[in-house]
Amino acid sequence: MSVKLKPVHHKVILVLLLLSGVALIFKFNWNYQSKSREEFRMETLHINSAHDLPVTQISLDGIQPSDKADLNCKMYNCFDIYRCGSDENHPNKMKVFLHPLSQYTDESGASITPSLSKEFVEMYYAIAQSDYYTGDPDNACIFIPPVDMLNQNRLNVQKVGQLLTKLPHWTRGTNNLIFNFLPGNSPDYSTAIEVPHNKAIIAGGGFSHWTYRSTFDVSIPVYSPLVKGVKLQQETDGLIRKWLLISSQTNIHPEFRQELETLASSSSDFLLLDKCRNVPEDVPLQFTRCKNDEQKKYPEILQEGTFCLLLPTSRLGQSALMESMQAGCIPVFACDTYILPFSEVLDWSRASVLIREDSLPDIMNILRRIPHEQVVLMKKQVEFLYTSYFTNIPAITMTTLQIINDRVFPHVATTYEKWNNPPSSNSVQSPLFLPLISPKEDGFTAVILAYDRVLSLFQLIKSIDKVPSLRMILVVWNNQHKAFPARNEWPIIEHEWKVIQTSSNELSNRFFPYNEIKTEGVLAIDDDIIMLTTDEIEFGFQVWREFNDRIVGFPPRLHIWGDDGKMRYVSDWTNDISIVLTGAAFYHNYYNYLYTYKMPGGIKDWVDNHMNCEDIAMNFLVSNYSGKAPIKVTPRKKFKCAECATGGSLSLDETHMVER
Amino acid sequence: MQANKRYGLLLSSLILITVIYNGYKWAHQYEADHFANDEYKNADRTKHTALEMVPKQAVQNLLSYSEQDYYESNSEELVPSPTDRHASRTRIYKNRKCRMDTCFDLERCRRTGFKVYVYPDVGEKTSTNFQNILASLRASQYYTSDPEKACLFVPAYDTLDRDHLSADYIHNLGAKISRLKYWNNGKNHIIFNLYSGTWPEYLEDVGFNLGEAILAKASFGDNYYRHGFDISFPLIGKTHPHMQGTQGFLKANYFPPRRKYLLSFKGKRYTYGIGSSTRNALYHIHNGDDIIILTTCKHGKNWQSFSDQKCETDNEEYEKWDYQSLLHNSTFCMVPRGRRLGSFRFLESLQAACIPVVLANGWKLPFDEVIDWSKASLAWEERLLLQVPGILREVQDNRIMLLRQQSQFLWDKYFSSMDVIIRSTLEIIHDRVFPEQARPAFAWNSQPGALYFNSDTAPSSYPFYHGLLGVDAPMKFTAVIQATAPVTSSAAPIVKLLRNLVQSSSCNEIVVLWHCGKPPIPNDRWRVLVPQDGAHEIPIRVIDDQPKTMGRRFLPRQFTTDAILSLDDDVMLNSQEIDFAFDVWRSFPDRIVGFPARSHFWNSSKSKWVYTSKWSNSYSIVLTGAAFIHRYYLKLYSEWLPPSLRKTVDETSNCEDILMNMLVAHVTRLPPVKVTQKKQYKDTSASQPYVNHAGVVSRWSDPRHFAERQTCMQSFEAWFGYMPLISSETRFDPSLYKDNVSVTRKKYPKIEI
Repeated sequence: MSVKLKPVHHKVILVLLLLSGVALIFKFNWNYQSKSREEFRMETLHINSAHDLPVTQISLDGIQPSDKADLNCKMYNCFDIYRCGSDENHPNKMKVFLHPLSQYTDESGASITPSLSKEFVEMYYAIAQSDYYTGDPDNACIFIPPVDMLNQNRLNVQKVGQLLTKLPHWTRGTNNLIFNFLPGNSPDYSTAIEVPHNKAIIAGGGFSHWTYRSTFDVSIPVYSPLVKGVKLQQETDGLIRKWLLISSQTNIHPEFRQELETLASSSSDFLLLDKCRNVPEDVPLQFTRCKNDEQKKYPEILQEGTFCLLLPTSRLGQSALMESMQAGCIPVFACDTYILPFSEVLDWSRASVLIREDSLPDIMNILRRIPHEQVVLMKKQVEFLYTSYFTNIPAITMTTLQIINDRVFPHVATTYEKWNNPPSSNSVQSPLFLPLISPKEDGFTAVILAYDRVLSLFQLIKSIDKVPSLRMILVVWNNQHKAFPARNEWPIIEHEWKVIQTSSNELSNRFFPYNEIKTEGVLAIDDDIIMLTTDEIEFGFQVWREFNDRIVGFPPRLHIWGDDGKMRYVSDWTNDISIVLTGAAFYHNYYNYLYTYKMPGGIKDWVDNHMNCEDIAMNFLVSNYSGKAPIKVTPRKKFKCAECATGGSLSLDETHMVER
Repeated sequence: MQANKRYGLLLSSLILITVIYNGYKWAHQYEADHFANDEYKNADRTKHTALEMVPKQAVQNLLSYSEQDYYESNSEELVPSPTDRHASRTRIYKNRKCRMDTCFDLERCRRTGFKVYVYPDVGEKTSTNFQNILASLRASQYYTSDPEKACLFVPAYDTLDRDHLSADYIHNLGAKISRLKYWNNGKNHIIFNLYSGTWPEYLEDVGFNLGEAILAKASFGDNYYRHGFDISFPLIGKTHPHMQGTQGFLKANYFPPRRKYLLSFKGKRYTYGIGSSTRNALYHIHNGDDIIILTTCKHGKNWQSFSDQKCETDNEEYEKWDYQSLLHNSTFCMVPRGRRLGSFRFLESLQAACIPVVLANGWKLPFDEVIDWSKASLAWEERLLLQVPGILREVQDNRIMLLRQQSQFLWDKYFSSMDVIIRSTLEIIHDRVFPEQARPAFAWNSQPGALYFNSDTAPSSYPFYHGLLGVDAPMKFTAVIQATAPVTSSAAPIVKLLRNLVQSSSCNEIVVLWHCGKPPIPNDRWRVLVPQDGAHEIPIRVIDDQPKTMGRRFLPRQFTTDAILSLDDDVMLNSQEIDFAFDVWRSFPDRIVGFPARSHFWNSSKSKWVYTSKWSNSYSIVLTGAAFIHRYYLKLYSEWLPPSLRKTVDETSNCEDILMNMLVAHVTRLPPVKVTQKKQYKDTSASQPYVNHAGVVSRWSDPRHFAERQTCMQSFEAWFGYMPLISSETRFDPSLYKDNVSVTRKKYPKIEI
């Protein structure tokens, strides 16, 4: 049975239809437009037509190429820093200009530049998509020449050198960045690209410590096209792999190979692979390796090794590095003069083993001495480095640009921790890491959050006033409807005191780093906690001095004050404390700052909106930053025990809360 | 009807399309937002994948860059042999192009181990600094007096000052050095230098042919520095302390961290010549308010003839300010280059916890091969001087807190005395020679510094890096009992102790070091004496230790855990006391956590440190007869401390606990931790001679024993160069210790019974 629609409904439906139609069209259209802007950029740069580039004819007659690499180059003498301003939308980010891609030919029509490789186009595309990109050369800090120099074998070094000088923004290479994976060629195999580049920065794979201009060039990994298609199996954590060491490089020198064969014959946990002699034709050579005649799938086989050996071949950089890292196989570098990829920022000692080439005969012993826990950590680190900085062309490109960007804007440079600590790990360093015991004579500031209980507040002030180490009392008056009592109504006390009228009734006001606080130590105390004695507070302070990156608090038993004016016990007694209520607790004034300005996402607002949990938030903050648990102080006088002379005791729970 | 149906159908399908479309978009959007917001979800990876989506048509016909080259070296004979390569490198890369693998005989070091030989003293004038260098080298654990066994050689000629206008300059040094017996063109030698070159060029030249010697030089410019071969040495004053140096200025971490002045500088201005452009420009950023730049032209003999119109007013203002008080009242201190690249100011600022802002293009900061200076200073491009005030104002308070603390850490660990400077220098070379033993970068740049690094310990097996590496503190411990009394019956104290130990939930293994004159009882007897539940049996390993010296309880043996519970055989501890102490130790794995404690104090009438066993409000020593110690400290005790100190312990059979406590406090700068205990430990500063069950008089009751401990304290202090012990007033109890709640709710009720 259908409902009969009245004519008026028809109209409504029609209008609705029309509207949604318009909306859809608008949406598609808008989409289309935004896409086309991107497309436009790709079009201008000729990225979309990389296989069929427009031809630019250039005469190289009589053109002198730039000088060879200037080995004295550093950022301060070969780099024009004045080009690198910071713009408002992307502060502290340098701008990278890409020339439109082109096929360069000389007058006779012969190619000067090689056809573009897939990787070079991907690199171009990644930069064009990134925040670094600018289409305005006058605004640019870095220029990327439109010539694919990834593999020197494919270049006429001299001609490309000449061509570079003809580029509009070359200026002897200043502020130009050249990417190169494979430098040099037979028989000398130079370790840096031999295209004359003078002052240009080289992002190169396979630098030696003679050709590498440290803090100027960037050492990058040699990209392996093999890793793209490989699907690796999941592995259970802590699994011990079949082989301690695998050597899978095919082109190592017979001298090395001989040493390895000696090793293989004496160690059953060393797998020595070589290229296969007889493989069916349909299997591409690079996907197989052989142990004698036994065929293994490559690079999958690397997953069976804990460590993977990397020796220098004709060049120093090895694409096998990426294949090993992808397989979670810890690289062992025996490559004496090699500058490890991204070693300016990455701590390779956490993700690899470095030995001298002449220690090769001893390698198995060196590896066996590494404890299992260390191997587990290293493997995790390898996986982290790989996925963050190596995994594909964009990752390598962006890491390179980030390194240069950090040099240009050193005050916002990525820290060691950010580069090297996996974000998912529980890594934590106390923000107060210097082992300083707070000076006794500095004392502490008592911060009292008050609302309207004037009587107990006065009582509290009077009792705190007697604590020897007190320096100052700060009353935070959180009531906007009722003014705090006039000055002459307050009890007369010895110490300095001050009232701060807050502008809104927010609990977080108690955790504000007021300018009045001059001491490291802060005692946050509620206005209704009057049963703590002078000795107890003094003792709490003395304990806090020794553990000043933690919260030191008193057990709740001491400060639950019922509305009916009677003391109440909290029923919830537990053995593990992870939260010390800040109804009465000592902590470092620095945490006030971190609470107010650095607390992650919305917690502070939640607390202020709900008028609750500010103490829990503070406890979380402190344990989150320091990785340390709070300490509960329990003064006791009624028990006679041998150690009572120490003045008291305190409790500690062993659960570290590291909430992330 | 038909029309209605059609409308209905059309409408619903339209809605459906919209829903699907928007749903898809939302889902997409959600995913994008989700990843964008969630920093911890490997944002980098998703970012890279997004960037990887190159339009298919752009790359589909393209080859990979290495397509033809994958098997480029099928012809192996084209690959130069490693031997040839090395030979040709060694031929080419000499002298100015030296690197470790071409100019340094590494093979020699592999043969000899890392040993340092110092030539005998020569009859030449020697500065205090250089005397201290030689003294520290000779006291080093790497020192050898046998040149045949040496890996590194140090000439005894004072090479620190090579400015030939200077009084300390030794003439004709080149000839003298080249006549050294093992010189061999400088191979495996190291030359220390603070000043090189002179007016007017200040070339970085030491005035003689270095050949293949490593140059450890202050104010190194990076174009003169041979990568990974030379060492950038700190520039220090003439009176730099030898052993225990001046402490850092920071005594407390006050917040807010900003001091009265944002930035200050007080120093010479050069009106001409090298380095003058930098210092001449500084006044531009002076504002007289929070940026104070003070310069003087008064230096050199005839400064007046070079003075400019600013000099007079500058000089006047300069005299009004005190340099030290500026250092202590500024958040940042400007360290511009002078005639040479480095200046004393750098370390002076560091010590004063004033964050150095370095304006010296090309200066290699001291030990920058290993120290991450970005954590303690700001190096700024000289050309961008005018940006400095703006940049410094942008630096947030939390960053200042980190930079400042790090400045103090670095000062303390690597620069405060000549001794630590020399130790650091040697460790840097050591790690180059043995890269497989090299410290990770974080070991240099986080507490407690790299000088206590032990090459055969994995980073996760240190008591310091659990937080940094995000790993847990050890979950199990090994009990090491030093047994001095024979086991005559099942009532022997050690049997009681063992019975308690096997009930502990965290004990992994028990090692009994048999230090008793009589032979140990057979293994199966232990089984009978200490019956165990078969399912969770804790192995008891008895080692008939030889020789039976006191220090051997700290021998880093093959233990299965990093946590060690060091015990005397007559200790009375129940399993819960042990488990609780272990719980506490897991929070403080870098400290000694134990039961009975002692303290030290300064006796002003005798003006020396004294040891006391009296009850007092504080303690600084936890006795190692019942204490948790990280295995790492056993290694330090046995390998890092000099044999002379260990000998004192072994000869007196005493003081091992004092030495261990001093060692740990020296490394951590923290006091030990005392936990609560049910029963009193055997020695309660008793006046009665105490005879234990076996009829052996306890060593604790011997008055000689106490006197020895006083002597130990003083001789150990002399070696450390200061008193490392630090006092604490706190003791740790379980959470519900003696609280008025039911025993059944308590985790460690047996401590109270």
